[in-house]
Amino acid sequence: MKKTIATVIAAILVFSLFAGCNSKTPSNETSVSGTTSGGKTLSGSVSTDGSTSMEKVIGALGEAFTAENSGVNFTYNPTGSGSGITAVSEGRCDIGLSSRALKDEEKATGLKETVLAYDGICVIVNTGNTVANLTLDQIAKIYTGEIKNWSELGGTDGEIVLIGREAGSGTRDGFEAITKTEDLCQYRQELTSTGDVITTVSQNPGAIGYASLASVKNTVKALSVGGVAASEATVKDGTYAIQRPFVLVTKEGKTLSEAAQAFFDYITSAEASEIITAAGAVSVK
Amino acid sequence: MQTKNHKKKPLETLVHGIFLVLGLVTVGCVLLITVYLVISGIPAIREIGLVKFLFGKEWRSTASEPSFGILPFILTSVYGTAGAMLLGVPVGFFTAVYLAKAAPPKVKTVVESAVGLLAGIPSVVYGLVGMLVLVPGIRKIFNVPDGASLLAAIIVLAVMILPSIIKVSVTALEAVPKEYEDASLALGATPVETYFRVSVPAAKSGIAAAVVLGVGRAIGEAMAVMMVAGNVANMPSLFQSVRFLTTAVASEMAYSSGLQRQALFSIALVLFLFIMLINAALNLLLKRGNAK
Repeated sequence: MKKTIATVIAAILVFSLFAGCNSKTPSNETSVSGTTSGGKTLSGSVSTDGSTSMEKVIGALGEAFTAENSGVNFTYNPTGSGSGITAVSEGRCDIGLSSRALKDEEKATGLKETVLAYDGICVIVNTGNTVANLTLDQIAKIYTGEIKNWSELGGTDGEIVLIGREAGSGTRDGFEAITKTEDLCQYRQELTSTGDVITTVSQNPGAIGYASLASVKNTVKALSVGGVAASEATVKDGTYAIQRPFVLVTKEGKTLSEAAQAFFDYITSAEASEIITAAGAVSVK
Repeated sequence: MQTKNHKKKPLETLVHGIFLVLGLVTVGCVLLITVYLVISGIPAIREIGLVKFLFGKEWRSTASEPSFGILPFILTSVYGTAGAMLLGVPVGFFTAVYLAKAAPPKVKTVVESAVGLLAGIPSVVYGLVGMLVLVPGIRKIFNVPDGASLLAAIIVLAVMILPSIIKVSVTALEAVPKEYEDASLALGATPVETYFRVSVPAAKSGIAAAVVLGVGRAIGEAMAVMMVAGNVANMPSLFQSVRFLTTAVASEMAYSSGLQRQALFSIALVLFLFIMLINAALNLLLKRGNAK
């Protein structure tokens, strides 16, 4: 009798194990649910997927949107620009997020881009570095290995250590495209996140790296490019040279769900530009 | 009595069935991964060409004219693992002999729990400490422009493989019959002579298995290495920034597309074959040990 009970319990445990699998949700998804009830009775879900650089911006927008539309479930999956574009083309999410403009081959597959905001890419050096300003041309020469020592730029003697991002990163694509150094950069280190780049630069007096404007804090020094300091104002008026778009990717011809369309309209409206600015990016509006 | 037996039989079969299913889950996972890796890894190798892929010296996956040669990754993985062995095996081996044979019980408890703790530290923590302490340290000590290098990766890996080497070796050494050692001591050998001439040879297949296990751990580690090695696809050199097979897959996977992504699967396939080879070696060693 005891054995029978034990077996039954074992069987139940085994089956509950499998049952548990079904209801499991991906742990890296940030789910934001609204709390206050708005005027409209919109319901459904909006899923976004893509660029990790856009996390702050899209998170803030999602929160603001669900605060007004409590029936909508908003999710953001930080996978990277490439994965986000793939996800939207495979129909796994409503809106893809990319921190680079779409490639022609991607547009050819029926994807449509809408620029949400701009992000400035800061060129950063160690706080102990005496160099404060570089031209775009000098930056290109540094990254292609033509200029190898800080003394050539008026700094203290020491080899320049080039820190960059991994191949395929939106920040790297953006930086190399703007400085026209595609496939030419002689990196000393290729790191996989903005945080790693900032940490490494803050540790090495000879290092130079790049990171998005929103994530640069005072642990490192942001250089002026061609005499223009990187700031929201200079990115917005276009005087700061190294900047890239934050793009919303949708499928051409495919109508979004009611909730997704409302979200899309909301974040591209003038109303949302304040939230985008608060999140550290520069709104197009 | 008879009815009870009659009742028991289907129950037994049921339980057996459940266990069988659970066992098959593991086998199924291995099969699934193998089949998936082979299927997704072959196309890129076909497109690039096996020789060009394995022996190409240049990896430029996102260039306008991309080249996919993984020789730098293979050599880095081999050199890095060999370097980690060179540092880790002597330390691990002597620690194991000391712990199994010579250490007083109190010391043994403390050291063994420390080793256990070392095994439990997540690899990202090794990487973080390496990044913040080891990399700047190497830069200052060796006076090189940047410390992220093969050397940093070797040191981190050497520390990471210590627990597997020590634990398995200790188990093997402790399994040596006490009579062997008693006989050696009775014949006038000193304790140290006994440990190295009697106990170690008797446990040699277990110790070899420990070393192979360490090789497996070192070659498969990605996270910690990624944080200290610099990840540039250079040919391996001690103070150069290098990229391992594991980090080649991990660092580019997030943003990859097209042939680049397929090539990453091919790298994973090569890595998988390496690990299979190591596992086969491990099985062979253990079997030989059992046969004796």
